[in-house]
Amino acid sequence: MNSQPPTPNFQNRPTRPNTLGVGRWSLGVALVTCAWAAVAALSAQQPAPPGEPQQQPQQPSEIQLVINGEPGTPPRYAVPDFIALSPDAADIAKTLGKVLWDDLNFEREFYMIPRDTYSTIPVARTAEDVPFAAWRELGADAVVFGTVQKTAANTVRVQVRLFNVRSRQIVFAKEYTGAATNPRLYAHTMSDEIHQQQRALRGVARTKIAFSSDRNREKISGPVANRDVKEVYISDYDGENTRRVTTNRQLNITPVWSPDARGIAYTSYRRGYPDIFIALIYQGLQETPTNGVGQNWLPIFSPDGTRICFTSNRDGNPELYVMNRDGSNVRRVTNNPAIDTTPTWSPNGTQIAFTSDRAGTPQIYIVGADGLNLRRITTNESWADRPTWAPAPFNEIAYAARTGPAFDIKVYDLASGTTRQITFGEGSNESPAFAPNGRHIAFASSRGGKGYQIYTMARDGKNVTQVTRDGNNYTPSWSN
Amino acid sequence: MNRFTVGLMLVLTLGAACAKKKPVTGGPQPAPPSTATATPTTPPPPPARAPERVEESVPVPAISEDAIGNRSLEDLNRDSPFKPAFFGLDSAELDDAGRAIVASNAEIMKKYPSWVITVEGHCDERGTAEYNLALGERRAVAVKSYLVALGIPADRLRTVSYGKEFPFDTGHTETSWAQNRRAHFVITSK
Repeated sequence: MNSQPPTPNFQNRPTRPNTLGVGRWSLGVALVTCAWAAVAALSAQQPAPPGEPQQQPQQPSEIQLVINGEPGTPPRYAVPDFIALSPDAADIAKTLGKVLWDDLNFEREFYMIPRDTYSTIPVARTAEDVPFAAWRELGADAVVFGTVQKTAANTVRVQVRLFNVRSRQIVFAKEYTGAATNPRLYAHTMSDEIHQQQRALRGVARTKIAFSSDRNREKISGPVANRDVKEVYISDYDGENTRRVTTNRQLNITPVWSPDARGIAYTSYRRGYPDIFIALIYQGLQETPTNGVGQNWLPIFSPDGTRICFTSNRDGNPELYVMNRDGSNVRRVTNNPAIDTTPTWSPNGTQIAFTSDRAGTPQIYIVGADGLNLRRITTNESWADRPTWAPAPFNEIAYAARTGPAFDIKVYDLASGTTRQITFGEGSNESPAFAPNGRHIAFASSRGGKGYQIYTMARDGKNVTQVTRDGNNYTPSWSN
Repeated sequence: MNRFTVGLMLVLTLGAACAKKKPVTGGPQPAPPSTATATPTTPPPPPARAPERVEESVPVPAISEDAIGNRSLEDLNRDSPFKPAFFGLDSAELDDAGRAIVASNAEIMKKYPSWVITVEGHCDERGTAEYNLALGERRAVAVKSYLVALGIPADRLRTVSYGKEFPFDTGHTETSWAQNRRAHFVITSK
């Protein structure tokens, strides 16, 4: 817990020139009320069933509010459609229930009871009508009751309660009011808050994935014909809500998020050669930190966001450099006549893992951010590239390794020195990127047979989910 | 129109405004900065940027009288007098065949001393996208170095790597891959 960055607080963001855009800020949240008092009062009214620990309303703690399943099994959750309190909110009500179910399912902390099995359960119109006996019969340990109401032309009020089905107590209750433009964001927010409260887990429902795509099927105008434009896009972690970030009709590749999830650094050929640009997506601004010095590509932010490591040929050979985010204080990290490229930072910002062919083939190495203490990580690969360091507490580096004709994702454990493979020859699997909680990996794969698409999977390789479907999509980066 | 779109339009507007202010002193095509002229300790001042929109460029009138010299840049690059040099798998070294091609290209360059050439490094799809950006760079630089050794002034040569982003043959066979491991010559200005 302590190693994770705090959840951003809507109200305390210093400058919001735009509540807009995409992302969690577009909520424009006017009110987030955690109704602890109400929870406590309700708990006090309900007799605690035998065997349950006594509730202490004056000092509620998270432990008392956690819903457990049968011993040894995850708690079973049911998320029916939300109730539309105004007729024009019916579509939003359906969306909220479905998205919340999917979000809660993503972390695999709960057993999510399939929504198509709820048809026999009477629909509760109010929180007092929740049919606990029927939910219990279906095996539910927890059930969500939510409502949504259009309060003006484009604003909604969303309420959600999470009930412990056995004790019939509310363990989580919140109200959100804001714009109706992206109702999925309310469900994402609920999911993250429920994961935090019930499992002390930082969920990823409000995170985004940046990637490069040729989906607009334009050709670059230039001296050589038939070259596809690639632009940088972002979408929600589940592939919804896609937005285009770059619009210059050139090659725009290898996007990476800044740790505050407000900027995207990427490699663009808009000047005819590769250079690094930063798009400040909520301010509509662009930064060019390497402006005009050599050719520069594959930027990556340090975990605190103050520095950028990148590959440059400015001294005549692909080497790694670190600069301040504004381009000042450039320092060379590697010094070898071979290729040094594709950097990733350790979670504490003191080390950099990268790819080098100094031993003849592309292999993964680690070096201090000061250029000292080089050591080789991969030894049994014929081609290893795109190391990506997992966030704490996982002490791992994922990378793409050539396994036969194509690539698979492998994960190197730094403590034990062991490597595990997590994809197995389904198409080519490249460019792994960890989710901010370290429990998932996004990657690009040709497994579907329709070019390259972005997928996510759990860190053990299970639960592969397709994120993109349009055009070819490459080099994902997962936001905080 | 949502506010995100407004933000993007702002980026475009600002970008266009900045581009307009810059003096257009480069060639009519985007000119990547030379890698050979940079030094580790004192990087040169940022080069003046060429216009970003290639299609807006106007070819310089030809000086030569012969058939090749009279053709427009666009025509020259569509049906280029230069042949690409090919590379082995995972390799950035010119073999004998590659050197012969580069040498014959150098003869053409000597005939048209005003031409500025961009050597593009390309890779096949069997490498990773990230590493291939550096491998393509090495291929382009290998060709540039050989051209310089053959007497072509370095200031007539640009290099750029496209990794595996722009395959010439989109197939997935040995033949396709061999076609895509190349240094491709583009006439940037004449």
